[in-house]
Amino acid sequence: MASNGIKDAVAIVGMGCTRFGERWESSTDDLLLEAVGEALGSAGVGRDDVDAYWLGTLGSGQSGLTLSRPLGIDHKPVTRVENYCATGSESFRNACYAVASGAYDRVMAVGVEKLKDSGFSGLLRADPPSDGTAAELSLTAPAAFSLLDPAYTAKYGVDPVAMREAMTHVAWKNHVNGARNPKAQFRKEVSREAIEGAPKVAGRLGIFDCSGVSDGAAAAMIVRAEDAYDYTDRPVFVKALALAAGPMRGGLDPAYDFTTFPEVVHSAADAYAQAGITDPRTEISLAEVHDCFTPTEVVLMEDLGFTGRGQAWKDVLAGEFDADGRLPVNVDGGLKSFGHPVGASGLRMLYEAWLQLRGEAGSRQVGDPRLALTHNLGGRPGGCVSFVSVVGSEPG
Amino acid sequence: MSIGILGYGAYLPARRLGPDSGVRGTRVVASFDEDATTMAVEAARGLPAAGSVWWASTSPPYLDKTNAAAVHAALRLPSSVPAADLVGSARSTFAGLRAALATGGLVVAADVRVGKPGSLDEKSGGDGAAAVVLGEGELVAEVLGVAGETLELLDRWRDPRRPTGEQWEERFGFEQYADLVRVVAARLLDEAGLAEADHVVVTSANPGITKRAGALVKGALSSTGSPIGFSGAADPLLGLAAVLDVAGPGETILVLSAVDGCDGLLLRTTSLLPSRRAARPVAAQLAGGRDVPYPTYLSWRGLLERELPRRPEPDRPAGPPSYRAGEWKFGFAGSRCTSCGFLHLPPLRVCRACSATDAMETVSVADLTGTVATFTVDRLAFSPSPPVVDAVVDFAGGGRTTLEVADADPDAIGVGTEVGLAFRRLFTAGGVHNYFWKAVVR
Repeated sequence: MASNGIKDAVAIVGMGCTRFGERWESSTDDLLLEAVGEALGSAGVGRDDVDAYWLGTLGSGQSGLTLSRPLGIDHKPVTRVENYCATGSESFRNACYAVASGAYDRVMAVGVEKLKDSGFSGLLRADPPSDGTAAELSLTAPAAFSLLDPAYTAKYGVDPVAMREAMTHVAWKNHVNGARNPKAQFRKEVSREAIEGAPKVAGRLGIFDCSGVSDGAAAAMIVRAEDAYDYTDRPVFVKALALAAGPMRGGLDPAYDFTTFPEVVHSAADAYAQAGITDPRTEISLAEVHDCFTPTEVVLMEDLGFTGRGQAWKDVLAGEFDADGRLPVNVDGGLKSFGHPVGASGLRMLYEAWLQLRGEAGSRQVGDPRLALTHNLGGRPGGCVSFVSVVGSEPG
Repeated sequence: MSIGILGYGAYLPARRLGPDSGVRGTRVVASFDEDATTMAVEAARGLPAAGSVWWASTSPPYLDKTNAAAVHAALRLPSSVPAADLVGSARSTFAGLRAALATGGLVVAADVRVGKPGSLDEKSGGDGAAAVVLGEGELVAEVLGVAGETLELLDRWRDPRRPTGEQWEERFGFEQYADLVRVVAARLLDEAGLAEADHVVVTSANPGITKRAGALVKGALSSTGSPIGFSGAADPLLGLAAVLDVAGPGETILVLSAVDGCDGLLLRTTSLLPSRRAARPVAAQLAGGRDVPYPTYLSWRGLLERELPRRPEPDRPAGPPSYRAGEWKFGFAGSRCTSCGFLHLPPLRVCRACSATDAMETVSVADLTGTVATFTVDRLAFSPSPPVVDAVVDFAGGGRTTLEVADADPDAIGVGTEVGLAFRRLFTAGGVHNYFWKAVVR
């Protein structure tokens, strides 16, 4: 692995996250003020204490001015970043590096997305002028991820009925989890019958197999690890930050079988090496993963090393990734039920890790967590960017 | 050396108006993603190389822009081959034949015939395309003569701003045309020293002529009209193709087209014909096909506005990127690494397999078959005719890309299904037609 990592060099000392959902009453500015305000309050600092900002948004604004204008930030560095659906994580990653480099002592990573103002279903694309031939110009995200389902069942000889049950379990589990989260977009448990009977969107994916299209923002206050206890007695230490951008070979190569994300495998290996993790199945206390569509979460369990190849559907059905399972996954409801305001999602995952590692997750609290993993993906099977972080409650 | 037909082809779309339209019989209709350019490509694919391209249509997708250029690009012809449109009436096809007889070349005619709901054009017209390559060499039919008469006649016309046309009382036109058809036939037969032709094809925009096509001028072996109903510029060539599909060697064929006068072409087939017939006979294409619900058909033609998915309309394709990607977009050509052989669809400069840079050769897979690696039915995507079926296609000999499936029946596609390629129009946005290739289950 080529990355050196910054294990225990920086820590999160404050976080904020808005309620996600159809926030008709709130503008992008309102969402930013809400998340940043909560993060500052959580860290016990004021705006003047932040040396630099990173803002992640896919399409709710351009440039650092998107943040500096609503907050009234005077002449401080604000960098806008974008990396598809991993945008929020990318904001966090770059902000961490700025502190680790010594360039700044206190920075904030912010992510925001206002999806519900467009009037359209799903995500919108902002593509440069093109020849009009790229499949992703017409193939929607649910359709692209629905390709995982028949490919997985074919490769591992899984009964399509059983695979459907595993996908349903993912949706059911994440709705059960989200029902216990006051900030989630969907706070209702949904029956398996309702999930399977929902109108189809693409392939075998119905509307309950898709993440929530929502508005929201989240923010993290990041400082040098040695300063962390000045702000809080329970900081969260950054153990690993890994990003892999694929060469998009899968869409070109008949050898790719649509049952894995090679980018996820690479980013996970990098993150585990940085964090010194050798057995993620036992060392990770909980994981927030990119459950954009239900088959994605099934495949991610294998790509992240939480189970063996061809085993995830069984482990999912056995409840191993339920809130009370051996490795709770998306205990906050995930993209599925917390919602997926693109630029905010990566930081929302870290927000749940923050709450859980500090013992502040209320009815969702898992027992004695030490290490949490977040996984955030942008793109589609065949070509994506994948981010994996590991954060922990203790240095060392 | 005599001039004649070196090869011919015909294309009929796979869709038919269903019984809910009130149409009895077979009304061949182009799908929403087909037009006179895409169908021309399908008719002309696989024909012998031509030194010029003459594209004829009464339903040009563009004006002020040469539609034949897209056909030329999709056929991957050299830039030194001139290509031009002959647009307006069904008579344009014979103008193309005359031009190609002079210099050699491809004449390809295609039309989407739109009628007002319930009209005769809707009921008894047809959409399709046909092509012939004329020249010297290994002929399937020798040209014995060409002749024509011209008559100014208000029989059929269309305001260029309207999608559908008008017809005078058909018996008026019939009487004028019937005489001209007999005159042209007699002249051609006399000049060739023949008493009659073995096969006679009479096509016309006039329904009276169409109905009596088999009786006006009799052939010794067959007397026919249009195989699918009046198909505009494509009609005389479709009629000819249907005869070439079945004619024996050494037989004469007289093609008569009555449009604002009458044009005639007299041919004699050669011994090569039986071994060089079109790969897809007209009759076989006509016998296939699937019904399209009438409301769906009306929406395809813009005669009925339907609710679309809550998705933004796509952006129009941009000129410069389309120009730069011309070999891919129109010729379906990727880049094959000369170091390791990995095929990239679309073309890339850096090899995905071995990282060699700029070590690529251009390879088209338009004429290859592939198999479906995986597929999906996308009910959310914007389309003039949802749902969209997409397939990841692996090609025989390497290469993979993701394509829409044309004329898709979601129940007839699965992992491993064999597909070919068809030149189609993905969508039209901002007045620009987005031409590209789709997978099609053969």
